Amino acid sequence: MATLTNSQTTKVSARSPSLSLGRREALTGWLFVSPILAGFLIFFLGPLVAVIGYSATEWNLLSREVTFVGLDNYTHALTENDTFWTVLGNSLIFAVGLVPLNMALALALALSMSAPFAGRVVFRTIFFAPVVTSAVAWAIVWKFLLQGETGTVNQLLAVVGIDGPNWLRHPDWAMVAVIVTRVFKTVGLNMILYLAALQAIPRDYIEAASLEGASRWQIFRSIIWPLLAPTTLVIMVITVVGSLKVFDHIFLMTGGGPENGTLVLAFYIYQQAFEFFSIGFASALAVIMFLLAVVLTAVQLRLKGGL
Amino acid sequence: MTVALPKWLVRASWYAMLCSLAVPFVFPLIWMISASFKGPAEIFATPPTLVPETMRWSNFVEVFDHQPFARQYFNSLYIAALVSGLTLFFSSLAGYALARIRFAGSILVLVLLISALLMPDEVTIIPNFFLMRELGFMNTHAPLILLPVFGSQGVLATFLMRQYFMSLPRELEEAAYMDGLSRFAVWWRIALPLSRPALAAVGIITFLNSWNLFLEPLVFINDVSLFTLPLALSNFSDGYGLPLWHLQLAATSLAVIPTLIVYVAAQRQIVESFALSGVKG
Repeated sequence: MATLTNSQTTKVSARSPSLSLGRREALTGWLFVSPILAGFLIFFLGPLVAVIGYSATEWNLLSREVTFVGLDNYTHALTENDTFWTVLGNSLIFAVGLVPLNMALALALALSMSAPFAGRVVFRTIFFAPVVTSAVAWAIVWKFLLQGETGTVNQLLAVVGIDGPNWLRHPDWAMVAVIVTRVFKTVGLNMILYLAALQAIPRDYIEAASLEGASRWQIFRSIIWPLLAPTTLVIMVITVVGSLKVFDHIFLMTGGGPENGTLVLAFYIYQQAFEFFSIGFASALAVIMFLLAVVLTAVQLRLKGGL
Repeated sequence: MTVALPKWLVRASWYAMLCSLAVPFVFPLIWMISASFKGPAEIFATPPTLVPETMRWSNFVEVFDHQPFARQYFNSLYIAALVSGLTLFFSSLAGYALARIRFAGSILVLVLLISALLMPDEVTIIPNFFLMRELGFMNTHAPLILLPVFGSQGVLATFLMRQYFMSLPRELEEAAYMDGLSRFAVWWRIALPLSRPALAAVGIITFLNSWNLFLEPLVFINDVSLFTLPLALSNFSDGYGLPLWHLQLAATSLAVIPTLIVYVAAQRQIVESFALSGVKG
């Protein structure tokens, strides 16, 4: 913010002589932002207000009857509907399982990629490849690999004498399988963000420390890790909010099953709205998701200290 | 590591570790390509075969019989290209204004836009469904173009462009402006050519996002010939609803391999684009 205000003051003094010029300038500014702003109002802010309105109604798309019910959809979700708590729990388990695994692996990969060695670019290319592969393709291939007896993963496990479960239909393993395959899909992005931050650390710091006789672990613990803290925060929020959005991956791999075992909030909204047509209830779920995302974004801006 | 191990052993175990870590990242892609050449029986053979016994090139032909796959491929390509072009234009225009032009309310606009930055599409998908229905855009490609260009993706692009314009020295633009060029001309002829790295980054990310979009096609498109690739790939089953794995994997290969070739060819550029988006976003 500070830079913005400074540059504006210089600007003002440079072109204060004519007032009409300033007015023209403002007009140009509004003109330039107007397409994006109009789109934002029509396709984001308007719908956001609308979804809050919808959430106060009982509205089934098939019966076409809309009745105002106040906060009933919320009380229904929070007190009467067991599925809601299962779904919220699943979203939580998904985030709690995915985020630390993703970040730890990303950091480990970034650290191992930060010093030059023969073939480094090849490995970096490999670890990042799933990020540019479509999530749908990734989910389809892993679903194929993780089938019951005929699945390739289990066939390979059988070679070493392990009798693998039917991963995607097993009440305990389905969530694990979904989380781990999602980590492989997205960890490359976080690796790149960590790598960029690692390369920004001045070499002298590390060289000085190692001349002083610090071990590799000590260097990591007291120099690298603290300097990575801002990056760690950004990555954490991106990954947490990203885990909230996951839909296609789960939709295609497990369909939310077995017995709602992998049904997460994004999927539940889709299911209630476009499979069961309960628009009012689905809208209440969307508002809950909005609030979750706002809290997480606010935390990020807070921690980064403004813009 | 107090006892000095032979150097070759350290190196060998280093590479062994990296290679085994790389398995879950490359193996699915290699297996996908291998399986797409197999028949419905060999695909489940025990023990599994990495190199198919007979190369069934016919899988790739059947993909096109099963669905209008060429048409769907074209849909994805033209939508992604259009979305990228429109996003680059509108978001760099708005981003430039927010970075350079002083006008009352610019900070309000910026704060408003930022509120949409991390917002999941699921939050607004229900009202957008009714909006598109009112506008007569159901079962057309319009929602797949409008929502990414003006939704949270467009906002992210605007924000990235603004950050990049802020980092550029303003002297060059000031001089051109003093010489009587209009704001639009300064943006188009001076600022944009200076921002090629940011434009490339935004273009790449926007293209990939559109190329991989799934929720919106699923909600807005019913007609198979209007499907985009992600939706088409999820739509391979026989008359009884059982998966046609060999065709599905052949289609997936056809969709993924070109992306991977472009990625490997331009990996430095692509990786840097994502690094930029994360650091600035």
